This record gives sequence, structure tokens and C-alpha cells, in this order.
Amino acid sequence: MMQVPILKQGNYLIATIQSALTDADLIQLRDELAARVGQYRTRGVVIDVTVLDVIDSFSVRTLRAMVQMLKLRGAEAVIVGIQPEVAFAMVQLGVTLENEATALDLEEGLVYLDQKTKVKDRHAQG
Amino acid sequence: MDTKTFRPVTKKVRAEVSSASLSELVVHLRENRTELREEWVRRITEAQLLTAMSSEEIFAEATSVFDNYVEVLESGSVEALQAYARNLSERIIPRGVETHEVVGIVLLLRDVLARSLFAKYQSDFSLLNRVLDAYEPAANRIANTVASSFVQERERIIRQQQEAIRELSTPVLQVRERLLILPIIGLIDPQRARQLTEQLLQGIRSNRAKVVVMDITGVPSIDANVANYLVQTVEAARLMGASVIVTGLSPQIAQTLVIIGVDLGKMETVGDLQGGIEKAERVLGYKVELVEEGNN
Repeated sequence: MMQVPILKQGNYLIATIQSALTDADLIQLRDELAARVGQYRTRGVVIDVTVLDVIDSFSVRTLRAMVQMLKLRGAEAVIVGIQPEVAFAMVQLGVTLENEATALDLEEGLVYLDQKTKVKDRHAQG
Repeated sequence: MDTKTFRPVTKKVRAEVSSASLSELVVHLRENRTELREEWVRRITEAQLLTAMSSEEIFAEATSVFDNYVEVLESGSVEALQAYARNLSERIIPRGVETHEVVGIVLLLRDVLARSLFAKYQSDFSLLNRVLDAYEPAANRIANTVASSFVQERERIIRQQQEAIRELSTPVLQVRERLLILPIIGLIDPQRARQLTEQLLQGIRSNRAKVVVMDITGVPSIDANVANYLVQTVEAARLMGASVIVTGLSPQIAQTLVIIGVDLGKMETVGDLQGGIEKAERVLGYKVELVEEGNN
């Protein structure tokens, strides 16, 4: 079974997918992330899908569920690195991540999380 | 049994007869070169063909076409004529010579030559018949060759121009760090829409763009298919983490978008390119200020 490495980076977790994943792998990643977020008191998660050249409807559904689960567990999640062809294929299939944050790459994803968590902090202080 | 062995012989005989008539024909055409040429040019002017060219030019071209014509009749090979016709087409197409004119002048030459044959052999009907037997297929082949060379040349030029337009048509330009503009001018057909999408999404990736301003001021109208395609492009760009601002929608395009029921929440639009760029700058955190005089 293909393991997706999950790296801890400060307040964030970074999950970089390394190769095409089976449905089971993806579900395992979802559960693993949901568990780790609680364990490390993580504020944000980056899910890097740069290597995927196909994202089918099951993957989209699982990714969406993943982001929502993480939000419920108190962490913002952002999906990064969707390839141009993949993005267009997804739109044509009618599967889009409308309520989920997306960013160009890991760097952009981290910038997004910084902004998002800063706003939260400010709200918490004010 | 007899007929089987007999047939090839008649064919051969007929071929010999026809080649004999052909050479006679060629001699006749060479002898009367000047008159026939003049007659032909007169008929061209009369029919008001090749109006884009001066009469000297017509005469010069007519001379080379005539000589080529006779040569084809003599040798039976159309290759030289083909090359000449291509070359001629290349010269006259930019001057607006139409297909019907080219076909018209070749058919005129055929008629002029046929008439001269009638005049020459009117006393001997069977000889006339034989000469025409040899002349007609060759003349038709020549007309065919010239017309198809012209059309081929024209198609080649059209293809070349299409290519050039395609290359020029969709520039993706960076105006600031992380800000791209995509000015679109002219009609968008499905093929161009596809190419546009591709270039935009690749541009986002290679320039690491965060905001793209797509300006369609120069697009008069789009059909529902293309409109849908543009909306899909905007969504795909968002999946890559970039937002697209569409500017300069004409009233017709706005109407098309409303009719196909685009979810306007997904698509950001601003009136003109300037407004779009200003908006993009705000999103990216740029602040453009006028430098006060005397301050620098």
C-alpha cells in the first residue's frame, strides 16, 4: 500500500502525494490527517496533488470530505498543485471544489494558511 | 479469341494516329502563335477577366501560358505547367485574382484554339475529328491542372495565414508580478477557445500567476458553447489557485451569459480593462500612487 508522507511544519501539516493513489490509499490519507490534526494541534493542512494527472470524481469527493473533516477538527486545509489539464478535465466533468481552497503550489498554500490563521487569531484577540 | 489479340493493335494504331495529329496540332499552334495569342488576349479583355492586371501584364502572362500550353500538348507532361501555374498563382493571388477568372481564361484559350482548328480543317471533316480527338483530352487536362494548381496555391496561402493568426491571437502577458492579462480580439471559435484555455492555464503555471485579467473588449459576440467554455476556463483557473477577472463584456455577450444562466458568483466581471487591472492590483496588495511633483 502506498503511504503518503505527512510532514509537520510549525503549526501546519504537509501531505505530499507521491504517486497515483488507489481509493483505499486516499481514504487512509483522510483518516490519517484527521487523526494527526488533533494530535499536533495543527492549525492548517496543505494537501499537495501536483503529481496526480488524473483526479476522478471519487478523488474529488474524498478530497472535499477531507477538507471538511479537517475544518471540523479545527484546521484550515488547502489543496495545491492541480495541473492545468487536470483542472480543465475536472471542470468538464462537473466536479469542482467550489467551497474548498485551492492554490498554485506548496508556497502559495502556506501563504494562504498564514493569512487565514492570522485572521482567526485577530478575531480571537479582538 | 481473335478479338482479344486484335484489340491492343487497334489501340496502338489509334495512339500513333493521335500522336501524329498532336504533332500536327503543335506545328499549327506554333505557326499561328502571334495571331492566336492576340485573339486570346482580346477575348480576355472582352470578357472583363483579370481586371486587376494591366493589359501589358496580361499579354506577357498570356504569352508564357500559351507557350507552356503548347509544350504540354507536345510533351504530354503537365509538371512544368503545374510549377508555372503555382508560380503564377502566387503572384496574382495577392492582387485579388479570383478562381473564376483563372478558370475562365484557360477555358477561353481552349475555345480560341478549338476555333482555329475548325477554321483550318473545315474542308476535311474526318481529319478535324482526329485532331480534336487528340486535342480535347489534352486541353481538358491542362485546364484541370491550371485550375487545381491555383486552388492549391490559394489553400496554401489561407493555411499559412490561419497559422499566423493563430499564433498572434492569444498572447498571455505579465503586467506585474503574479498578474497576467489576456487580451482577446476577434471572433472566438471552439478551436480558438480550446487554445485560449490551454495557454491561459499554462500561463498561470509558468508565471505563477494569482490573478488573470481576461479582456474581451475586442470580441463582438460569442455563442453559448464558447461562453460555457470560457466559464469552465475561469473555474479551472480557480482550481489552480488563480482568480480570473473578465473585463469589457459587450452587451451581446452579457446577454448570452445571462441566457445560458452562468452562475455569476463564480465569475468576476469589471467594466473595462483599466478597472480590471485596478481591481487585480487591490487583490494582490499593490497600491499605485501618483508621485507628487517636487517630491522626487
